[in-house]
Amino acid sequence: MEYLIRFAQCHENFRKPEIQALATLVGADIEFLSYNDHSPYCVVKLPDNDAARAIMKRSVLAKDISELWGQGTNYDEVHAAVQERASDRWPKYRDAIFSFSVDTFAGKRSQTRKSEIINSFGYMSFEGPIRMKNPDEQFIIMEEYVSDAEQSLIGTKKITEPRNIYMGRFLAKSDRDTIVKLDLKKRRYISTTTMDAELSLVTANMALAAPGKVFYDPFVGTGSFLVAAAHFGALTLGSDIDPRSFRGKDEEREKGEIAALRNYKQYGLESKMMDLFTSDLTNTPLRNCGLLDGITCDPPYGVREGLRVLGTRDGVLKEPVFIDGVAAHYRPDYIAPKRPYGFEAMQRDILDFAVRTLVPNGRLAMWMPTASDEAHKFPVPMHPNLEVVNVSVQHFQKWSRRLMTYRRLPDGETSDITQGRSYVDAQGVMADELNAFRRKVHADNDPLNGIVTS
Amino acid sequence: MKVITANFVTCAVKECKTTATSFPLHFHDAELELQEVDFQPEFIRNVIPRIDWEGLRTTANELGFPSLPETKPEGDELTNEQTLKDLHRLLLETQVMEGKLVCGTCGHAYAIKEGIANFLLPSHLGKFRIEFRS
Repeated sequence: MEYLIRFAQCHENFRKPEIQALATLVGADIEFLSYNDHSPYCVVKLPDNDAARAIMKRSVLAKDISELWGQGTNYDEVHAAVQERASDRWPKYRDAIFSFSVDTFAGKRSQTRKSEIINSFGYMSFEGPIRMKNPDEQFIIMEEYVSDAEQSLIGTKKITEPRNIYMGRFLAKSDRDTIVKLDLKKRRYISTTTMDAELSLVTANMALAAPGKVFYDPFVGTGSFLVAAAHFGALTLGSDIDPRSFRGKDEEREKGEIAALRNYKQYGLESKMMDLFTSDLTNTPLRNCGLLDGITCDPPYGVREGLRVLGTRDGVLKEPVFIDGVAAHYRPDYIAPKRPYGFEAMQRDILDFAVRTLVPNGRLAMWMPTASDEAHKFPVPMHPNLEVVNVSVQHFQKWSRRLMTYRRLPDGETSDITQGRSYVDAQGVMADELNAFRRKVHADNDPLNGIVTS
Repeated sequence: MKVITANFVTCAVKECKTTATSFPLHFHDAELELQEVDFQPEFIRNVIPRIDWEGLRTTANELGFPSLPETKPEGDELTNEQTLKDLHRLLLETQVMEGKLVCGTCGHAYAIKEGIANFLLPSHLGKFRIEFRS
């Protein structure tokens, strides 16, 4: 069966991968019959209405999905298609309470013209009462014109008549409302680097968060990814090298409560919180076996402060120090030593960690910054035990960031990594020496276009 | 820290990880709290295969819970609601708020405060490999 997905016109690069991930999650075969970054309308083939509903229930980048009854580049074609392909469905809705509407993208129709268009479908002979609010059935005509953005980006000529017209029966709304529910402006505990609600939800979708699963964020911060995974039903586990990030500074805490927990409570997700702990990825306490279904993270980029992990700068172990007979490292004010860490080493360590701790077919969804100009584009880091499922890019003016989604291959399968990133960090112990991205940002001198980097 | 998490972790010292005595970490001076969590049978069923059963038996014993069965529940046993509820209570509702987790190999004690365990290593344990290549 053919279905029409109506997308929101934003994060275009992530829309198709999100729907593909959700099809995988619900176990439905999907085929994209038409898709265009410059259009909100996308035609897919799916096994049945249940699959279409299940996918839509989870999508945050789509708005809704409809049964596609007919399409064309003009109304003659649409009418011919609706009569040829959908006439057997008309009688089912003859007495239903229904609405009929015209939706235009990047174009306009007068109310009179809309009525004319709707009336031209009169041959379907729906006899039930018309109700615009809460009808049982909604029939929609969608017209696609050429947007200003498309014209300026790829030079498509503006047109006065639609280039594509779709007619369909509404099936299901997406989960897009959750973006508002989880909006950072109303969230109890956030920081300057908290990932916004929409992209956190997309990240959780890419990693296939679902009830019964364990999701982990090794750079948990204020817990934005985990809240998103918890919203989709996963049990969530988070850690950070700096416990103040999730615990909250003393003045940010109410009644001694862990600050990140307040977010779970705000959304009624306390039962999805497994644990938070303080640790460093290079010395993780997690056992080396398949424990996790998904890992979602936005690792520190080390632009504002250099990257740090546990260890001493010279790599030499120090003798324990005793103060008043108590080992200094057991005193409450003890701060574990940290050393500068390389950007490449960190990415490699995350992939290695994912291979060790994901269950077969478990997913890693990881964000990474990259410079926007070609000369500084970095290939995607790869690992033989991970398949790159997809890479989506969010562009800013001077830089961009990518969401890379990997699948843990079952033992015995390996992926081709010859196209992968094989850089290693330059030699050195200072933050700049170890981080090509940080060097690039600082060399550019300009502020990062208002984008906060961590 | 919940009991399930204690079953997921071992000593953060690399040399300890491969030794048999580093797992499970041993609770010392544990202050327990029971926190109600919605019963999620689907989760328990999914996660049981990942649990180190011997480790869980040791932990339950050390925290003063009644003995767990000798073998991990499997197959039909995982459809028994009471079995799942008991495991739910132990794994997800039992929380160690204060105390220590001690490694049986190196003896390092990881502190737990306000339910948060600290696995950062002091300077005499946090060894790392330097691998700068050019």
